[in-house]
Amino acid sequence: MEFQSLYEAMSKMDGYCYPNEIELNWSVLIVLYPYITGLVAGAFILASLNRVFNIKALKPTYELSLLTAFSFMLVATMPLIFHLGKPFRFYEIMTTPHLTSAMAIFGFVYLWYLMVVLLLEIWFDYRYDMTIWSKENPGFKSIIYKILTLGIKDVSNKSRITDNKLGYFITVVGIPSAFILHGYVGFIFGSVKANPWWSTVMMPVIFLFSAMVSGIALVMFIYMAVSIIRKQKLDMICLDAIGKYLFYILLIDFVLEGLDQIHRIYVAEESFDILNLLVHGKLFFTFFIMQGLIGTLIPLLTLGTFQFLKPKENIRKFVYFILSLCVLVGIFFMRWNVVIGGQLFSKSFYGFTDFKLDMIGKEGFLGGMIWLVVPLIILTILLWLLPPWKKAPHIEHE
Amino acid sequence: MVKENKDFSRREFFKKTGVIAGGVLFASLLSPLKAAQSTEKSKSDDTWYGIGLDIEKCIGCASCARACKAENDVPKEPFFFRSWVEQYTITNSGEVKVQSPNGGIDGYKQPVPESEIFKTFFVPKMCNHCSKSPCTQVCPVGATFVSPDGVVLVDPNYCVGCRYCVQACPYGCRYIKPDLGTVDKCTLCYHRLKKGMDPACMMVCPTGARLYGNLRDPKSEMVKFIKNHTVGALKPNLNTGSKLYYNALSQEVH
Amino acid sequence: MPVQVKRLLIAFAVFIALFLVARHFLRPATFGEYGHYRGAALKENEDRPIKYVNMNETCITCHDSIAAVRDSSVHKSINCQTCHGPGYKHVDDPQKTNIVKEHAREFCGRCHSKNPARAKVIKQIDMNEHNKEDECISCHNSHNPVLW
Ligand code: HEC
Ligand code: HEC
Ligand code: HEC
Ligand code: HEC
Repeated sequence: MEFQSLYEAMSKMDGYCYPNEIELNWSVLIVLYPYITGLVAGAFILASLNRVFNIKALKPTYELSLLTAFSFMLVATMPLIFHLGKPFRFYEIMTTPHLTSAMAIFGFVYLWYLMVVLLLEIWFDYRYDMTIWSKENPGFKSIIYKILTLGIKDVSNKSRITDNKLGYFITVVGIPSAFILHGYVGFIFGSVKANPWWSTVMMPVIFLFSAMVSGIALVMFIYMAVSIIRKQKLDMICLDAIGKYLFYILLIDFVLEGLDQIHRIYVAEESFDILNLLVHGKLFFTFFIMQGLIGTLIPLLTLGTFQFLKPKENIRKFVYFILSLCVLVGIFFMRWNVVIGGQLFSKSFYGFTDFKLDMIGKEGFLGGMIWLVVPLIILTILLWLLPPWKKAPHIEHE
Repeated sequence: MVKENKDFSRREFFKKTGVIAGGVLFASLLSPLKAAQSTEKSKSDDTWYGIGLDIEKCIGCASCARACKAENDVPKEPFFFRSWVEQYTITNSGEVKVQSPNGGIDGYKQPVPESEIFKTFFVPKMCNHCSKSPCTQVCPVGATFVSPDGVVLVDPNYCVGCRYCVQACPYGCRYIKPDLGTVDKCTLCYHRLKKGMDPACMMVCPTGARLYGNLRDPKSEMVKFIKNHTVGALKPNLNTGSKLYYNALSQEVH
Repeated sequence: MPVQVKRLLIAFAVFIALFLVARHFLRPATFGEYGHYRGAALKENEDRPIKYVNMNETCITCHDSIAAVRDSSVHKSINCQTCHGPGYKHVDDPQKTNIVKEHAREFCGRCHSKNPARAKVIKQIDMNEHNKEDECISCHNSHNPVLW
């Protein structure tokens, strides 16, 4: 943000802010960062539910949610890196991580999750098929598959069973990893004691559950969108099952966040007055309307109703479609309220600044949108390369 | 024979890398817990700088803010400060009004008529050079640190500009230098200290409201200042180990 | 060991090895000398240029008469550069243009204008009343402002 004059900048402020607070430090890119990692963790957990707890109804979304998680994971660091003042120094976080920093370990947590968990799980799941496809497809595609299989040609049943077992093992490791990944992102905010809006022990847990909510909604949305584009019939049992999980986890999320707010209100620490003004003033729209009403209450009530009385399939389809979008928007604004909201009040507790999202520029609306569109492009490529619907049927063993 | 040997060394190699990778990961999982203790002062009796600011002596001329900007190339615009002065006015009804026009450089106006003023005073602000500094704790790459003599410094040639430290500082003492994209803050004029000169803000203070000195030397002016006055630190509840001691600090000051 | 595991281990080993090599070269030489930072950064911080020079070694040797006046006045606690700005350029090359010389009433007002917040240690005047037609320096000598 550039200001023409001090007085222009001051006009954005109410009350007193420290002079250096004239600039909002974390903008939309840092809103996207927990949002995207949340989508990853959530989508992955949905896949694991299917695999580890063997929930058959979710089967049609297994590969889809893994690929979704993977494509979002690939860009998860991009908003972070682009937001840096010195983007080309980003490698320092890996070469000299300062271990007392909640942010430093992100590089390793990220790599662990991306390389060891997601990549391996997908790899084990597709290894056999890629070997087959590398034989079926001519030319370029075949080479890609060959590289991706690391040159393994074994298509025996025994090798498939090995894949299966190892994949299962990775999934089991993956669940705590997904929890760590996103709980950890919550910790990045929750551990900033200077900021009373962030600093709560609940933050990692809230982040985790909202991550699951958003990831499940994303898979629901993508499953529907992909099926519509491919002109395939939607599996209603699967959709209803996703809806059910979405409902339960959204409920937990709602309760946790409610508890957190009630705790704040009841304890009413020194910072309470300013936070109260914040929530009822500058954050009113994004907090109560976008996050609370659209993102939480409406989906919660609708999905709750569906648990008792189910309207006709077509209506349900339509409602699921809308609701998944509502939840996605709602969780986006949850991140927004945390990240932007936490910077709208002065740490002196005597005033507020303002935030206007620019349209262009790397910190602008369009600059941010890029990081939501790119994963979808990656997903398209992945679906072309690794189509779940062309996979060989699973083998049963033991 | 040869083949076996090769296999063995390869396995050995995997084992070792595995151990290293696992160790790093494990250490990184635990390390947030060791948190603030890491910057605790060493046992030696070297210098350990502290700062004293006397609110009773501050006349709010903002000479310190001006001198700091000139000495340290703090951008005149946008309006960042390493050192600034706030005017607090508490009305009879208990309302607190704070202002710091351009860090004090533009001069102050009293927002309330004199008859309604309960009390009013200036508070000079600068980096607290905390001993358990939350800002150095959160730097992901080690580009900001507490120097061996207790001054919180920045390494602009290594800073990535992630702004986490700006968020972590409870006192609003950090900002991003617009031209560099890296963080900047008060260094207690480290370049002057090391040449035996006072920090610029202290040198220009007309009333001697500012002082600094070695907290480990019981005979230093600094230690006497703490001993002879009722001093307080800002936001003590955050346990930042602030080494900036204010004389006559009112509880309204954040 | 199944072939998958073998190949994966190799891939990961290559990856980790590459990382370790890169890390070796990207880690600055003086990193970790004193703590988790570049040791050289201390020196770099130390080497920044000084702009507010030592008054006793500079200003006072050339402007000894003014210094003497100031030293016996109420303004004796005030450094020359508080009023005249940083002197590093002027000291190297004494010119009228590279040092600040203020005339305005607001300049004295920085310290002397009436404000209830101002500590009692300083004499204050109401800028709107105290001889409002003239510059302060037309009556007061800035280096020895007391008139009696
Ligand atoms: C090397 C000797 C020397 C030193 C050291 C020196 N000055 Fe000067 N100063 C001069 C001379 C010579 C002039 C007159 C320049 C002229 O008339 O062109 C001058 C002029 C001035 C003026 C008047 C400028 C004007 O516009 O009339 C001020 C104010 C001043 N000096 C302040 C200082 C201060 C403050 C310091 C200490 C930081 C200082 N000087 C150090 C030699 C010095
Ligand atoms: C309280 C503020 C203040 C302090 C402290 C101060 N000066 Fe000045 N000085 C002024 C002002 C204001 C003028 C301009 C007065 C004028 O033009 O009559 C001035 C003028 C001067 C001049 C130019 C004289 C001329 O005849 O043009 C010199 C040289 C000078 N100061 C040197 C010094 C030195 C050396 C010191 C430190 C020992 C010092 N001043 C301390 C405020 C100050
Ligand atoms: C940087 C702050 C500062 C500036 C600028 C400044 N003064 Fe002062 N002045 C002081 C201080 C400090 C004292 C000594 C405290 C006291 O006894 O009032 C003082 C004392 C005085 C006194 C004596 C008051 C008394 O009766 O004891 C006069 C008169 C005075 N200044 C006039 C001026 C004039 C005229 C100017 C403008 C050229 C000026 N001052 C600029 C800080 C300043
Ligand atoms: C017309 C000449 C004149 C001008 C112009 C003038 N003063 Fe004075 N000032 C005096 C005289 C005479 C006194 C001593 C009598 C008094 O206390 O009123 C005085 C006293 C003071 C005192 C001491 C007040 C006290 O309570 O002891 C200060 C401080 C002061 N002047 C500052 C200033 C400042 C700052 C300016 C410029 C804004 C200024 N003066 C302009 C003539 C002047």
